[in-house]
Amino acid sequence: MEIFRHLRGTIPFAVFVALWEIVARFNLFPGRFFLPPFTVIVQELFYMTASGVLLNHLLRSLIRVLIGFLIGSALGMAVGILMGCNKVMYEALNPIVSFLYPIPAMGWLPLLMLWIGIGEALPITIIFICSFFPVAYATAAGIKSVDKKLIKAAETLGASPRKILTSVVLPLALPTIFTGLRLEAGMAWRVIIAAEMIAIPTGIGALFMQAESLIRTDMIIVCLVVLAVMSFSFEKVFQYLELKLCRWAKHFDES
Amino acid sequence: MNLTVDDGQLLALLGPTGAGKTTLLNVIAGIVDYEGNVLFDGESVDDKPASKRGVGYVFQDLALFPHLDVALNIAYGLKARKKSLSEIREKVDELLRLMKIEHLKNRYPRDLSGGERQRVALARALAVCPRVLLLDEPLNNLDSCVRRYLRAEIRQIQKRLEVTTIFVTHDVEEAGEIGDNVAVLIDGKLRQVGAPSEVFSSPVDDEVADLIGSQNVLTCSSCRHIGGGLYEVNCKGTRIVVACEGSTINKIAIPAKEIYFYNGKPVGPKVNTYKGTILEISSPSPSVVKVRVKVGENTLLAELPKDLFNSLGLVDGKDVFLKLKLKSIRTYP
Repeated sequence: MEIFRHLRGTIPFAVFVALWEIVARFNLFPGRFFLPPFTVIVQELFYMTASGVLLNHLLRSLIRVLIGFLIGSALGMAVGILMGCNKVMYEALNPIVSFLYPIPAMGWLPLLMLWIGIGEALPITIIFICSFFPVAYATAAGIKSVDKKLIKAAETLGASPRKILTSVVLPLALPTIFTGLRLEAGMAWRVIIAAEMIAIPTGIGALFMQAESLIRTDMIIVCLVVLAVMSFSFEKVFQYLELKLCRWAKHFDES
Repeated sequence: MNLTVDDGQLLALLGPTGAGKTTLLNVIAGIVDYEGNVLFDGESVDDKPASKRGVGYVFQDLALFPHLDVALNIAYGLKARKKSLSEIREKVDELLRLMKIEHLKNRYPRDLSGGERQRVALARALAVCPRVLLLDEPLNNLDSCVRRYLRAEIRQIQKRLEVTTIFVTHDVEEAGEIGDNVAVLIDGKLRQVGAPSEVFSSPVDDEVADLIGSQNVLTCSSCRHIGGGLYEVNCKGTRIVVACEGSTINKIAIPAKEIYFYNGKPVGPKVNTYKGTILEISSPSPSVVKVRVKVGENTLLAELPKDLFNSLGLVDGKDVFLKLKLKSIRTYP
């Protein structure tokens, strides 16, 4: 029965690829330039990887995402903990966070281009903003959602406020925090591509623009595949961590 | 209010919803602000935070930590007090054995039944060797069978450990069964405190009487074991069979709602079946009828729904058969 489950996912994909190959090879898609066959895409992927072009640009994007996401998430969690645990801090910071949170990360690009110019700091700052607010929000919400009775129970059992925070509040807030982290991990890739396409000469986004200017649809599709894989992989990493650290949570019942 | 609980005693705190029972426990535990004094062994604990009062608290919804397994839940208080690993392991094993939940050691609260969760919550509260044990309607969401069983177990454990305990309930039968003393709380005020037989036979006012329901408390001049947990007691010449776990019965309480009338001789076993004479009939409300009936030298008060009373055709002075429900009769040492 396991094999049928795998086939259920694999067969449609195989049919899709086969159809793509046929449509492209027999010029069934209007304007042949704009849809290379699947096998040509695979060839281009190997070529770009072997020549080092893909890895070079991918590494630059990856480093920017990692730095921006890690700093943004860490600071976001710190601010979220402050807001979640302290009523005064929540009332002071919530209006600011609520006001800035809905602004799309790319909306900051023109202002940041003027303030910090075009350089490595620009995409990292965009990713930082993209990560900071949602993670701060998710962390504060996760902490506030912890049942107060559990905190009282820990208190009567002799736990200090610090012990309660580390052994009860944060572990119980983790599922909500991880939801924020998982969503922003994927979003970070979408944002970095957009930032690199507009303002930065290196990275996967820049590679997109180069391919577009050369009318190389095969390169563009390779970049799309790489973007999808990176975004998916990042989300999967956090999903795995969540599974390991939040095994007790209800939504892991089926697993 | 002024409430004293003796060392090693189990006080049943009885009251309707909203009476302030949980608030009182929270005051004793120190998890809410209050005005007044709380003393443990004569020593004020008002300036001590909840974490330093040495109270074991089983909350109404148990408040088990969902992210910790059973063993870690029980160990939580010991870890908070920085006990050594060997001490923690030993204490946890001891409590798992006491509560008969060794097989649940590595399970999570979401995988436990209601009764199992209750045992874990009690084990967790006892792990810290509390000076005072507070139980806030811990058996609330359990079915009646499991509830009775666990009630008896809690009583046994409390007696064995001799820990001063306050057990909150809104169930009159439960209060009478489990408590050395019963305290009645209504609208935030302490109305009556005393032994169960005393409170049930002599409610101090109408509101207390309404809460506990009418009880017929009879003094027993003798008590004879007839086997299988059953005893025959003699109340002014009337022999009544009761169920009791102990061996001494001085008083019994028969709830007014558990006296059943028959026009003719009822079929089946003759146990707890008597002939009586109706003395007085009154109707305090449109749906309830109270009937005073003489059985031997005893006068019992019964409560019936109006439609049932009408179908029986009872009148003053009429002879009638009645049965007492064995399981409903409470015994007091």
